[in-house]
Amino acid sequence: MKATVLIAEDEALLAADLLAQLTGLWPDLHCIASVADGKAAVEQALALQPDILFLDIRMPGMTGLEVAQALAEDWPDRAAPFPLLVFVTAYDQYALHAFEHAAVDYVLKPVRPDRLEKTCARLQTALRQRQLSQAAEPSLDAAIHTLRELLHANADAASPQGKPAPASPLRLIQASAGNTITMVPIADVLYFEAADKYVRVVTAEREHLIRISLRELQLQLDADTFWQIHRSTLVRCDAIVSALRDDSGKLTLTLRGHPDKLSVSRLYADRFKGL
Amino acid sequence: MRQPLLTLLWRELRIFIPVSVASTLFYYAVSRDSFASNLIYSLCSTLFIQGLIETGRYGLAYRIRQRSPDNLDAQRNWPGWGLMIPWIVVSGVGGYAAGHMLGDWLTGVQHAPATLVGNLGNPRAMVLSMTGVFVLSLGITYFFYARSRMAEMQTRAEAALRSAAESQLKLLESQLEPHMLFNTLANLRVLIAQDPQRAQAMLDRLIGFLRATLDASRSGSGSGSHSLSAEFGRIDDYLELMQTRMGTRLSRRLDLPDELGRLSVPPLLLQPLVENAIKHGLEPKVAGGWIRVSAQREGSTLVLSVRDTGAGVGGIEGIDDASLDGAPPDRSRFGIQQVRERLAALYGKTASLELVAASDDEGGTLAIVRLPIS
Repeated sequence: MKATVLIAEDEALLAADLLAQLTGLWPDLHCIASVADGKAAVEQALALQPDILFLDIRMPGMTGLEVAQALAEDWPDRAAPFPLLVFVTAYDQYALHAFEHAAVDYVLKPVRPDRLEKTCARLQTALRQRQLSQAAEPSLDAAIHTLRELLHANADAASPQGKPAPASPLRLIQASAGNTITMVPIADVLYFEAADKYVRVVTAEREHLIRISLRELQLQLDADTFWQIHRSTLVRCDAIVSALRDDSGKLTLTLRGHPDKLSVSRLYADRFKGL
Repeated sequence: MRQPLLTLLWRELRIFIPVSVASTLFYYAVSRDSFASNLIYSLCSTLFIQGLIETGRYGLAYRIRQRSPDNLDAQRNWPGWGLMIPWIVVSGVGGYAAGHMLGDWLTGVQHAPATLVGNLGNPRAMVLSMTGVFVLSLGITYFFYARSRMAEMQTRAEAALRSAAESQLKLLESQLEPHMLFNTLANLRVLIAQDPQRAQAMLDRLIGFLRATLDASRSGSGSGSHSLSAEFGRIDDYLELMQTRMGTRLSRRLDLPDELGRLSVPPLLLQPLVENAIKHGLEPKVAGGWIRVSAQREGSTLVLSVRDTGAGVGGIEGIDDASLDGAPPDRSRFGIQQVRERLAALYGKTASLELVAASDDEGGTLAIVRLPIS
């Protein structure tokens, strides 16, 4: 059975070995790219649209989970079916727990041939079923469903490790620009948006840049006040005026006191249901 | 602390019986009354005295617990001697008097000679009975006091053992990071087939690293020492393992002047700093970078530094500090804290660890350890 695979693994020796083992077990499997960091994995997967994606969890730039999330959010509507995902990890007990929970395929490093053989068999079955149904939509819906489960399970599994909700959520942000430090009360913030190594802090009047990752910032915010609507956007829920669904099903938010429109990714669209 | 009522009663009985017997014999020896009469009076007095002492002990400890729940003595139902001594006097006198009244009622006699009032005219008998009462009361109290001390000491010793074991486990876990270990083994597995000689060399490095890590964690976080050249050797083992994994993304340099090689340092002191530089600095960076570990002498101070060009100390500027205090301490902070604790335990204030953002264009982190040269 012919299929294409993309391997994302930052350690060259391990990537080469995984490919060698895979092609040994599955001669018709064609590797269309092998990348060494998360960002390249997203770009290459979107460009080449492989059938199967092997994602290392710990990679420079983005984790494998973040790559999967980014792909699910950005995967084009009328494209090839969403790739079948296989996560690869040396040791991440919380991620493993989440994989089990969301029934996602994974292999452990060092990769054992017998385990990889089972994975290949499962992938082939899934691909065959996919060829029978032919449509791209179900694969994307299924992937989104799985990833939502995975994100929730991962958050749940990580919380006993010592990342409970902050005892006192952040009240003030000190944003520095040049020699000035501006105090921005959290209550004034309409939304946060990740921008490379920074986070844009947008209030009704102006915006600031702070040097922190959105993930770190999120840990210090009240999750009921700031909703995640995209991997790079957190919005204050009472600043939302309306959520508009266009013909293709894409959700867009309008805000109170600010002209910006924010788009909601597929992964978080289930937040907006309407009564 | 809830105890089953039966256990409590049995404990009181265990002290009640010998005390009553002893006081019976004592009064039988000093008074002219019959053994049976002395037994009845002793039982009654001991009952009241012990009852009062114990009620007071539990009651006072309960009050103290309500005011300061952390009071360890009070948790063990011990209010402290300061409160107990006056209470023993009150209980002794009151219990003795009440016991005698009960005794009189039981024997049906207005017993004169040994009673409190009757004794007023007979100082010798009075002193004897009161001494007896107080010795017995003190004995009762001391028994319970000693019990509570012993239980408390046992609790403390257990807690100390547990925390020592926990911190040792945490130390070992932080040094033998499973992710690093399994990735290294995965590389080794590949090399065995591809390049057996390189695999052997890598295995030797892994063995060196494992042995040093286990030795260091077994000898505890403080004690022991090895030469600076051995320290650099172990760091080189670790970095060589990382080199195999990261390939061209990592370059490294170790600068150890020959004349410093024989100085002794605590084993694997720098390991957490090197590991942080890799794990939080270079590994997350797509382009990778370099790490340099160096030793220098400044007068009578040994200066060890670990510099990387990685992702940098924080990305945490712009957030007020108060909010960061609540953030969970992750592994990297544990590593740094562990180095600080070791330095403080071994050298007091004469050693220090400084962690700063590198000041040149290449960025990254610079960690500097200063130690006195002994």
